[in-house]
Amino acid sequence: MTPSTADAPPPELRLPKRRGVELCLLVGAVLISVYGYANVGLARNGAVPPDVAGYGGGLGLLALLAHLAVRFRAPYADPLLLPIAVLLNGLGLVLIYRLDLETPKDQAAPTQLIWSTLGVALFIAVVVLLRDHRVLQRYAYLSVATALALMIVPIFFPAVNGAKIWIRIGGLSFQPGEFAKILLAVFFAAYLAANRNALAYTGRRIWKLQLPTGRVLGPIVAIWLLSVGVLVLERDLGTSLLFFGLFVIMLYVATGRTGWIAVGLLLAAVGAFVVGSFEPHVHSRVQDWLDPFASIDAGRGPSQLAQSLFAFAAGGMLGTGLGLGHSVLIGFAAKSDFILATAGEELGLSGLTAVFLLYALLVARGYRAGLALRDPFGRLLSIGLASILALQVFVIAGGVMGLIPLTGMAMPFLAQGGSSVVTNWIIVALLIRVSDVARRPHPDQVETGVIAPVLEDER
Amino acid sequence: MIRYIRRAAAFCLLLLVALLLNAARIQLFEADELDDNPANRRNTIDRYDEPRGNILVGGKSVTGSKDTGEQLAYERTYLHGPLYAPVTGYASQTYGTTLIENAEDGILSGTDSLLAPFPLWNDITRGRQPGGDVVTTVKDSMQRAAYDGLSGRRGAVAAVEPSTGRILALVSTPSYDPERLSGTGSPVTDAWARLNAAKSRPMLNRAIRQTYPPGSTFKIVTAAAALDARVVTDPDAGTDTPSPYVLPGTTTTLPNEASGCAKASLAEAIRVSCNTVMAHLGVEVGLDKMVEAVGRFGFNDGGLRIPSGVAKSNFDTDMSDDQLALSSIGQFDTTATPLQMAMVAAAVANGGDLRYPHLVDRTTAHDGDTVQQQGSRSYHQAMSPSTAMQLQRMMVDVVEDGTGSNAAIDGVKVGGKTGTAQHGIDNSGTPYAWFISWAQNPDSGRPAVAVAVVVEDASADRADISGGGSAAPIARAVMEAALDG
Repeated sequence: MTPSTADAPPPELRLPKRRGVELCLLVGAVLISVYGYANVGLARNGAVPPDVAGYGGGLGLLALLAHLAVRFRAPYADPLLLPIAVLLNGLGLVLIYRLDLETPKDQAAPTQLIWSTLGVALFIAVVVLLRDHRVLQRYAYLSVATALALMIVPIFFPAVNGAKIWIRIGGLSFQPGEFAKILLAVFFAAYLAANRNALAYTGRRIWKLQLPTGRVLGPIVAIWLLSVGVLVLERDLGTSLLFFGLFVIMLYVATGRTGWIAVGLLLAAVGAFVVGSFEPHVHSRVQDWLDPFASIDAGRGPSQLAQSLFAFAAGGMLGTGLGLGHSVLIGFAAKSDFILATAGEELGLSGLTAVFLLYALLVARGYRAGLALRDPFGRLLSIGLASILALQVFVIAGGVMGLIPLTGMAMPFLAQGGSSVVTNWIIVALLIRVSDVARRPHPDQVETGVIAPVLEDER
Repeated sequence: MIRYIRRAAAFCLLLLVALLLNAARIQLFEADELDDNPANRRNTIDRYDEPRGNILVGGKSVTGSKDTGEQLAYERTYLHGPLYAPVTGYASQTYGTTLIENAEDGILSGTDSLLAPFPLWNDITRGRQPGGDVVTTVKDSMQRAAYDGLSGRRGAVAAVEPSTGRILALVSTPSYDPERLSGTGSPVTDAWARLNAAKSRPMLNRAIRQTYPPGSTFKIVTAAAALDARVVTDPDAGTDTPSPYVLPGTTTTLPNEASGCAKASLAEAIRVSCNTVMAHLGVEVGLDKMVEAVGRFGFNDGGLRIPSGVAKSNFDTDMSDDQLALSSIGQFDTTATPLQMAMVAAAVANGGDLRYPHLVDRTTAHDGDTVQQQGSRSYHQAMSPSTAMQLQRMMVDVVEDGTGSNAAIDGVKVGGKTGTAQHGIDNSGTPYAWFISWAQNPDSGRPAVAVAVVVEDASADRADISGGGSAAPIARAVMEAALDG
């Protein structure tokens, strides 16, 4: 105990808001992005791109507006979330701009900038309009209905590059499955928060496994069937894997029953094996994963995965430098699914590690908010949203690096794709919202001067 | 719930670790293997990312590079395509490289470690230096004289500086424009198919890659062997060879095209080109000593590089005496490249000391600093100096008073030897006209040049006369260009 003056008032204990830190980090994130943008121009044309001021100004303005929204409507939010999102989005724009130089007829960066602007606008809208995340709990069933509708709609649209996950209206196209992710996380969080005791303690016990009753088990089976159904009908292994993984993680966190993980893994393995064996599109992906160089040996030239591995290898430790790699050899998906290969080739293992750590930090901050929150719904929602990011990064990064079979999925913020970047901005907005609640001083705490997480559930 | 959140977080951390380990696996441990996968186009793209170094003749570049703006950016250009194709070869994005473009590819493309500022520099930076230049020994005026002299007929010319081994001209006709093979796409594949299908075989480098029966020019080699073996001690003394001569062990008679060959001396046999005398001398020298002697000139050496590989000139090592007799006059299985026969003339002119022939004088870095200098070095002492002196006199007689008069240059000491090689079944093919010679300014202590010329479509087929008629004027033009400074 440190001696204190007896008559002094109790020290005012306030959690620091850290909005200044966030602003500094944002300036850094924008500067790094602008530096990368200039770097590409210098490497390719020996001159800074003429629109670098516009690019930097635009990104800076978006960051500033987002920051102001956070400052005034979520002042206690985690200060790392927004800068990381801005940096990843800025880096993504640099990489897409860099790949645009190789494909003069297909300019994706301007479109991506428009989508990013829309994403930030929605971010601001969510932060400003959603005062408390618990409101979402009320719309759980509306969420899942919307999510299902969004996932089913693309079935009626023609397949693009083998996967039926797109809606095309006029010149615009977007992937409704991206938005469905958030809605599903909301539903899972609400459902599990409401039913977690029933899931954990009721039902029959078979061997070491405590089975829940059919009433509460139903949605699990439904979700599993849904994910496999989506996969088969839309040929989208990635999304189904993501939904399934998300559900298993959230179920585990909600109930704490390790058996669920075993069941989940078993079901996933069976589903993946069946589909991998019989669905030709998925089967070819698995074959390609098992032997990425088979097509070379067969004289058909390198597959996309082989080209991706070549790109990573070419990067080595330090990378070739922005603008100086040849990842465009990967072909049509270089700017979307395979964008990480460009990062790997031009930034090297060091740059790639930095990118992974940014994602890890984003995920960790989501988990941290979940730890600090008091309401189970908020906890599960933040864990769910963070897990979406983690699983998505793992599925696509593991896919393009040959760790797991490749599934079409967007690297959050980095990859070209409007639906994806907009969705990820909404995810970050929700994380900002929950972290704001998590870090906001509790009225009791201010009065008593006690800072301790109130742990309503220590089981 | 907190415990399970922590475990879920640990699971996410596990995923991250898996990604990082996998990235390290690909980018560090498997990188080299993936880089070198033949299906990986990065090496090719990097290779053409910068202009290729140039090949220089007489201080001027005979090559260039142009930026096509395509994925393989820089394509090779050739300023005097067909003229220098037998020297440069081609550097094709589709078909690889040949000749100097191939032999000095490391310098020209910038990958040679000698170009790096420090050892292992290229390995560490994973980069390459700007392409360096290759300075050839070729003399432009001689190359043109030889090329114009052949005037589209099938044939070849090789000229060397006897005292150094520097190759001064290397011509093969008909030739081709290597620029047509530089890039990619159907124009290149069409040109490739057309060049390969052409009956005249324009891409064949006849000067170093094609061997011909050397015919009577080979008699210089036989004479050197006979003198060195002391089978002949006085070149002007008569020999005991009858004309015609019955090949040993057979009833076949070997005739002469020339008259006065019965019991002719060695000098006379060289001057008028007697088959009988030389065939007989070869047999008298014997197989072992003949094989040894021809080896000193470079025959049967498959490893000669200038720096491109030179086809092996052949003299059989296992023959009966009648075969040896025919081989000794450059028939039977004896074959030689034009460069080989230029080396024979050079050895005689240089007092028996045969210098190693080379086409590259030096290589330089992009900024002109010399990377490597090719000095003159001895290849073999092909014959004793006294034998060389005697042969020089005999070769001068050929030009002044024999079959090689078409090669004579006023006021210059010129030695030569004609040859016509029959070939094909029953000699049905078009005969090859040969001429080998050397020239020396009277006020100079060293011979200026040694030349070998072969013309495939000699108009006349009478032995030696066609060599003197078709090939000797070309040799004279080349020698005149050499003597002009």
